[in-house]
Amino acid sequence: MADDINPQEGRIPTVIADELHIVYRVNGAKTGKGSATAALSRIVKRGGDRGVRKVHAVKGVSFTAYRGEAIGLIGSNGSGKSTLLRAIAGLLPAEKGKVYTDGQPSLLGVNAALMNDLTGERNVILGGLAMGMSREQIKERYQEIVDFSGINEKGDFISLPMRTYSSGMAARLRFSIAAAKDHDVLMIDEALATGDRKFQKRSEARIRELRKEAGTVFLVSHNNKSIRDTCDRVLWLERGELLMDGPTDEVIKAYEKETGK
Amino acid sequence: MSTVSETTHDSAVAMSAPPASDEGLTAAQRAQKYGLSQSGARPSLPEYVRQLWDRRHFISAFASAKLTAQYSQAKLGQLWQVATPLLNALVYFLIFGLILKADRGMDKHIYIPFLVTGVFVFTFTQSSVMAGVRAISGNLGLVRALHFPRATLPISFSLQQLQQLLFSMIVLFVIAIGFGSYPSPSWLLIIPALALQFLFNTGLAMIMARLGSKTPDLAQLMPFVMRTWMYASGVMFSIRAMLAESPEWVANILQWNPAAIYMDLMRFALIDGYTHENLPPHVWLFALGWAVLAAAGGFIYFWKAEERYGRG
Repeated sequence: MADDINPQEGRIPTVIADELHIVYRVNGAKTGKGSATAALSRIVKRGGDRGVRKVHAVKGVSFTAYRGEAIGLIGSNGSGKSTLLRAIAGLLPAEKGKVYTDGQPSLLGVNAALMNDLTGERNVILGGLAMGMSREQIKERYQEIVDFSGINEKGDFISLPMRTYSSGMAARLRFSIAAAKDHDVLMIDEALATGDRKFQKRSEARIRELRKEAGTVFLVSHNNKSIRDTCDRVLWLERGELLMDGPTDEVIKAYEKETGK
Repeated sequence: MSTVSETTHDSAVAMSAPPASDEGLTAAQRAQKYGLSQSGARPSLPEYVRQLWDRRHFISAFASAKLTAQYSQAKLGQLWQVATPLLNALVYFLIFGLILKADRGMDKHIYIPFLVTGVFVFTFTQSSVMAGVRAISGNLGLVRALHFPRATLPISFSLQQLQQLLFSMIVLFVIAIGFGSYPSPSWLLIIPALALQFLFNTGLAMIMARLGSKTPDLAQLMPFVMRTWMYASGVMFSIRAMLAESPEWVANILQWNPAAIYMDLMRFALIDGYTHENLPPHVWLFALGWAVLAAAGGFIYFWKAEERYGRG
């Protein structure tokens, strides 16, 4: 017991989640009927939520993360892992409970800011600005980003609209833009390392680098091997509840037993 | 052996030292102790303005990116930036000028630039409002993935509409000159008139963005509201000529509505035969008042819900 507490003393918390609840509201999904008359009768009927269905995605999760930790999040599909990450990043408002963080946690990913109709070149700039980089920082890193993505290995593709890229190429560019910035508290959602084998290796190396620079890292993944490789602590979520929180080996062993692997 | 005794010694000391007392603290107290801030909390108003200023490059880049992306699949490409307003003006002239004869005896040299100015200036406000409604609700992916002051979105969309209008202004200048209104010093008044209208539109877009984030249905409803507003603001007819028999204050009140004010100012600046007699009294004061009221009010109203955007 003393061993468990001891390493925590003197350690600085970077993220504290306190009884966190996240609820999504989905419009027009209350009943199976999507017809206009069904919608009308829902509006006419008094009381209730008028066709708004609530999805309770995270239910009362509490934990404290410390500086220097790499924490893995595991659980089956739809167990609330990505939602929890977004709540920590302050991107999804909490229904109840609070999250306290040191600095601004950021999600590694920039897809939503990019536009398929623009050239790769303009997307690099747009994505960088969206992540809060200055124009000078982007100019400095521009060549690095393009080289890392390897987009120009087969000709001058960076000056073509992104919609002309193959899905692998687009994914590579997106990752390269997202990974160009350093973060205090970094959160990585699974399946980021896409592309061919060569690019996967390169992006794994880049994630390791980012981890070293970041104070605390969260990693969501279904790949137990990559969790084992990178994380020293694991949170296991199931149906929005925190099932287990402990050292990687212990939790993954329990998880594998449960999932019958 | 020595390490073991050291650890026990350490923990014995630590029991009385501050870190050990973490056990008894609530999460909020611990957060305060280590200087953690609440994630996703709303910043103060001055802090919010500062954050927004830091994102000014993103605002302009996002606006022009949207504008470019709009016609990038078309064969004629960016030519549509100018062709679209031109075709719009043509349709309105066909219907209101030739078929309905809404000119009410106004000279053709005045009526055609009058009509086109009205259409372009009103479209500027209209499309800013429509873009505002979808600014948050249509960009939930972005709001849920990245951190930035959310006001960035409605401001950026209004800026996109301003850039769009500047293309329309090219068409407008050509039409004005074609109908005998040549460039004169009064054309300089276009700049303050546009600046004030832009402020007004941005404020309105921020109000609509907050309303639309809660009720996306507004995107379906607003076209009807906007069309009613358009017909009531004298886009294709002169309010004064229409209400010639009514007392003057009725016309004044209609002309003091912000859409009419900004249209009239632009016409006054641009068209030779459109004199100050066509303007309601205190027109610049009203233009300024509406702009400040909408911009300040809209900004504060939008900021008040900053932490709640993205819930969907």
